[in-house]
Amino acid sequence: MWRRAFPWVIASAALLYALFPYVTNDVQLRESLLLAAVYIILASNLNLVIGYAGYVNFGNIVFFGLGGYICLYLVNDLQWPVILAALAGAAGVSALALVFGLGILRLRGAFFALATIGVNAAIAQLVTNFEPWGGATGIYLAIDAYEPLGGPMQALWTIYLLIVGLMAASLLASYAIRNSKFGLGLIAIGENENAAAVLGVPTPLYKALIYSASAFLPAMAGGLYFFKSGIIEPGGAFSLRTSIEAIVMVMLGGSGTVIGPALGAFLYEESRGYLLTAEAFSHFQLVIAGTLLLMIVTFVPGGLLGFVHRWWPRTRRWLE
Amino acid sequence: MTALLSVIGLGKKFGGLQAVQDLDLTLNEGEILGLIGPNGAGKSTVFNLINGVFPPDAGRALLEGREITGEPPYRVARYGLARAHQIVQPLLGMSVLDNCTVGACFGRENLPLHRAREVAREVAQGVGLGDRLDTLASTLTTAGKKRLELARALSARPRVLLLDEVLAGLNPTESERMVHTLRRIRESGIAILMIEHIMRAVMSLSDRIVVLNLGRKLAEGTPQEIANNPEVIAAYLGDPQRMPEAEGVE
Repeated sequence: MWRRAFPWVIASAALLYALFPYVTNDVQLRESLLLAAVYIILASNLNLVIGYAGYVNFGNIVFFGLGGYICLYLVNDLQWPVILAALAGAAGVSALALVFGLGILRLRGAFFALATIGVNAAIAQLVTNFEPWGGATGIYLAIDAYEPLGGPMQALWTIYLLIVGLMAASLLASYAIRNSKFGLGLIAIGENENAAAVLGVPTPLYKALIYSASAFLPAMAGGLYFFKSGIIEPGGAFSLRTSIEAIVMVMLGGSGTVIGPALGAFLYEESRGYLLTAEAFSHFQLVIAGTLLLMIVTFVPGGLLGFVHRWWPRTRRWLE
Repeated sequence: MTALLSVIGLGKKFGGLQAVQDLDLTLNEGEILGLIGPNGAGKSTVFNLINGVFPPDAGRALLEGREITGEPPYRVARYGLARAHQIVQPLLGMSVLDNCTVGACFGRENLPLHRAREVAREVAQGVGLGDRLDTLASTLTTAGKKRLELARALSARPRVLLLDEVLAGLNPTESERMVHTLRRIRESGIAILMIEHIMRAVMSLSDRIVVLNLGRKLAEGTPQEIANNPEVIAAYLGDPQRMPEAEGVE
């Protein structure tokens, strides 16, 4: 029964998430929740590749960054409406990921992980030297870019709602994939790729498809996020650090599950907010993230949800 | 009878080693063909060449008259050829039912998920895993994993089944149950090509036997003919006087 209810639970949770800062009219809370939602989108989509297909994508942030660039360029230079621009960015990045995916997904294990770092670094370099996108200084949005959304104040709320929408879409997509034939094939690949191929799973196609699919919503979120910031530059857009943090979030919550990565992202982001403001920890934040990752993979490789599943096996049936 | 699987002039070289050379095989409808030979004779390589784990250097393989030479494993599986590995390869983190569902989903019939689950359940029950459907594959015993390997292959509803030492490592009771299961599979119309070291089983199950030695076909014939072939005895079976002892080995 819970299984059938899952989409409704997600939709209701997202609705509460969206309404809460609106009702309380708490702008600071909205900013914090927006950042958490962005990370949930990143972690949830990264989980499709890491948790389902078993491929560690270290350069996952490239989707977010490139989506942001395409969107801001379309809005700033070609005066596209932001939603259309973000969608176009997502479609472009997804198509690019499909092409890249068919190539680099021939690699396995550490070699694939290295290749994904390479893709991120190469795109970052390319953008840094690409004059139409402002080179190293990036793109600054003109203030009147927010006019179509009713001015900057109103735009912030609109972007917030859109990003929460993308967050819900990420979770629903993750759930739908996990409970589909496509998902079954992916999970088989994650378990044992050679065996999956012998069983008939079209491995090259499935891997490329999920790599491409995992790019779409993060790229769109990147477009909206950088539109909200009003500025995008290569260092912020293609930060390897954020990429690694996204992996920590997936592992923390439980890779291969639907709500695990979202839980991990939310906890990580909110506790980081605390650590950053606490004087003693602010410089050690990455050290803590690294230690955390080490401890998770050593002691609880299944993450939070894996831990719950192990101690209460009955939850395996309904808590995905 | 028509040939379900034919292999013509198959050859493969690894570096300087000629693993398989100029091999012809024919597997007919409703038949069990035994493939035997000493360790390193190239038996598993023959399987790898047929189901596309790697492409052959020479020769062809045809499944129901359709060229499958050099096709990747997932396409060969879709055409109706399933395989159980010598070293079992269960999807450890998945349940028995899910393992079989993968086979049914992506096998010959290309079933949608819910139909595949029904077929998987049916097949798993058929091979005696009915009470283990929700068990994680990683927690099965060796015999259980062997059965799972077989169930997964059968869930694909194949025309041809390649079995690589499915009896190895089983105790006499388990082995007997497995032989019984294999007979039932044959009766359902699936043709079986099996590699096996346990001579008693292979002699009683097979309709015909092909003996492989150093990558080449040494002999082919009924179990009776093979058991009395002097060349086979010299290369593989050993002195007939010592046969009863040799049976127990492995």
